[in-house]
Amino acid sequence: MNRIDNLFHQKKNNILSIYFTAGHPTLLSTADILTELEASGTDMIEIGMPFSDPLADGPVIQDSSAKALKNGMTIKGLFDQLTNIRQKVKTPLLLMGYINPVLQFGVEAFCKKCREVGVDGIILPDLPMDIYQESFKKYFEENDLRFIFLITPQTSDERILMIDSISNGFIYMVSSSSTTGAKGSIVSTQVAYFERVKALKLKNPLVIGFGISNRETFNRASSYANGAIIGSAFVKMLNETTDWKKGISDFVKQIN
Amino acid sequence: MSFSPDERGFYGQFGGAYIPEMLYANVEELRLKYLDIINNERFQKEFHRLLKYYVGRPSPLYYAERLSNRYGTHIYLKREDLNHTGSHKINNTIGQILLAKELGKKRIIAETGAGQHGVATATVCALMGMDCVVHMGETDVKRQMPNVLRMKMLGAKVIPSMSGNRTLKDAGNEAIRDWINNPTDTHYLIGSVVGPHPYPDLVAKFQSVISEEIRWQLKEQTGSELPDYVLACIGGGSNAMGAFYHFIDDAAVKLIAVEAAGLGVDSGETAASIARGTDGVIQGARTKLMQNADGQIIEPYSISAGLDYPGIGPAHAYLHSIGRTIVLDATDDEAIKAAFELTRLEGIIPALESAHALAALPKMKFLSSDVVVVNISGRGDKDMETYIKALR
Repeated sequence: MNRIDNLFHQKKNNILSIYFTAGHPTLLSTADILTELEASGTDMIEIGMPFSDPLADGPVIQDSSAKALKNGMTIKGLFDQLTNIRQKVKTPLLLMGYINPVLQFGVEAFCKKCREVGVDGIILPDLPMDIYQESFKKYFEENDLRFIFLITPQTSDERILMIDSISNGFIYMVSSSSTTGAKGSIVSTQVAYFERVKALKLKNPLVIGFGISNRETFNRASSYANGAIIGSAFVKMLNETTDWKKGISDFVKQIN
Repeated sequence: MSFSPDERGFYGQFGGAYIPEMLYANVEELRLKYLDIINNERFQKEFHRLLKYYVGRPSPLYYAERLSNRYGTHIYLKREDLNHTGSHKINNTIGQILLAKELGKKRIIAETGAGQHGVATATVCALMGMDCVVHMGETDVKRQMPNVLRMKMLGAKVIPSMSGNRTLKDAGNEAIRDWINNPTDTHYLIGSVVGPHPYPDLVAKFQSVISEEIRWQLKEQTGSELPDYVLACIGGGSNAMGAFYHFIDDAAVKLIAVEAAGLGVDSGETAASIARGTDGVIQGARTKLMQNADGQIIEPYSISAGLDYPGIGPAHAYLHSIGRTIVLDATDDEAIKAAFELTRLEGIIPALESAHALAALPKMKFLSSDVVVVNISGRGDKDMETYIKALR
């Protein structure tokens, strides 16, 4: 069974997912961060594939992507780093990034490589739904990969239902109309949107991301969905801490 | 004629709308409505009224006798530099501001490289009483200061983009992020034939007035609507698309696009996106772009801020791929030399961007009977600092 499906099968609430950028803070930190996140009790992990022009990202992830590329991170390099990861890490893993590097790697080769190293799902925000269905879907399915669609406050009910009908794994619910990054709190317009989506009774689990940064926003978001994703706040912690192993464990503890 | 992409915005394999869900509602709204709005008779009447009385169209098609003698042929200059605000960019901003009004938007954002599109956007925002925010790479803010000051006087807020090389691509990234963060009241007024569908088609249609005029102006002056050559510089490609548009179906007309080679196409410091580009996705469109083997976009370089872009409009990638356009390039030095040549022979100081189109003249072989149209997309006032440096 795909590890993402397995997770949502076993746990329905307060699923904690953490995002970090591969190759940041150092080129070779990926495996250690994954090990530490699992040991600290993270339920699901998104590994960011750095891109030179991350359009949907705020300053923190722009910065971590630029640093990762400067450190020499590439998609090929990332797969090399993940080669034996499943001997140590059992947590569901997703790769998140932008379409262009995947196109250059080759979609079919990319999907095969994902399966080989034990990746469970992919998030590519700038891959349109119709192109995914026409030319990507078969490779994802052949390799038992979940392709995760995003919804936002601007996504109509009709479109959300359509996305739900073609999704598997879970749906990534972007918490507000914004690029990635901490907002500090959840406001009433967001709650109205969370409630609107909850009322649609989707068949797929929902995980809320963007602007989730601490225990308060995590708990609040989790009350409207199956869990939430923390990205920028975690990346910022990695930037600022000197002992990032302890940093990771402290960070996850203060959320859970 | 009508050169248009398919319903999903593809020109052959190029184009489309590779956008995150955060932009879907806005881009889809545009896609569904733009043709009905811009083809509406009332819209067309207002668009053409403003082009005539506000912009000063038609722009002259001027027979450049001394330049013609230099190259032993007949050269006509399409004088987009004489438009209000000093470049072709105003054709598109007039069209899009009317469109934004129809869509009920209150706030306009734009990206700019040389500042010509920023000034043209700030101008129409002043004209229509709309809020205006222009994203401009910090490098360009420094090298195109006169245009920054013009935008400020016009009431626009200029936000320096601090990512990447801090040039045109980075300004575009920041404008897209601005739109993600302000999805309901804001129209993103893209300045070139780039970005997700329907922008490449939308901008091409507004700029097509250039070639529409060239046809009847040539007929008036030569007896034939069709030149042998049309030359234009190409960064994103809006002035080239405007100058080519109504000739695309006339196979006898050779369409020449001139890219910015920077220090040379093989120097590693270039903006020649067709010569050095490969198939990929940049800022929402599948097209040719400069990238490394890992799919990371390579920072471009050109002395011309308006051509300093690592991609190319998808329609241009398509036209080149089917052999309809010929793509040449000109280095920084060749462009500066061409700018001085035009200035001394004809008393016209062209923008550095347009100087790249002129720089292709000595690279070509013309017959004495040929009719050659060069699109002078903008004037050189903003580039005086660069030109003065070259004088010394």
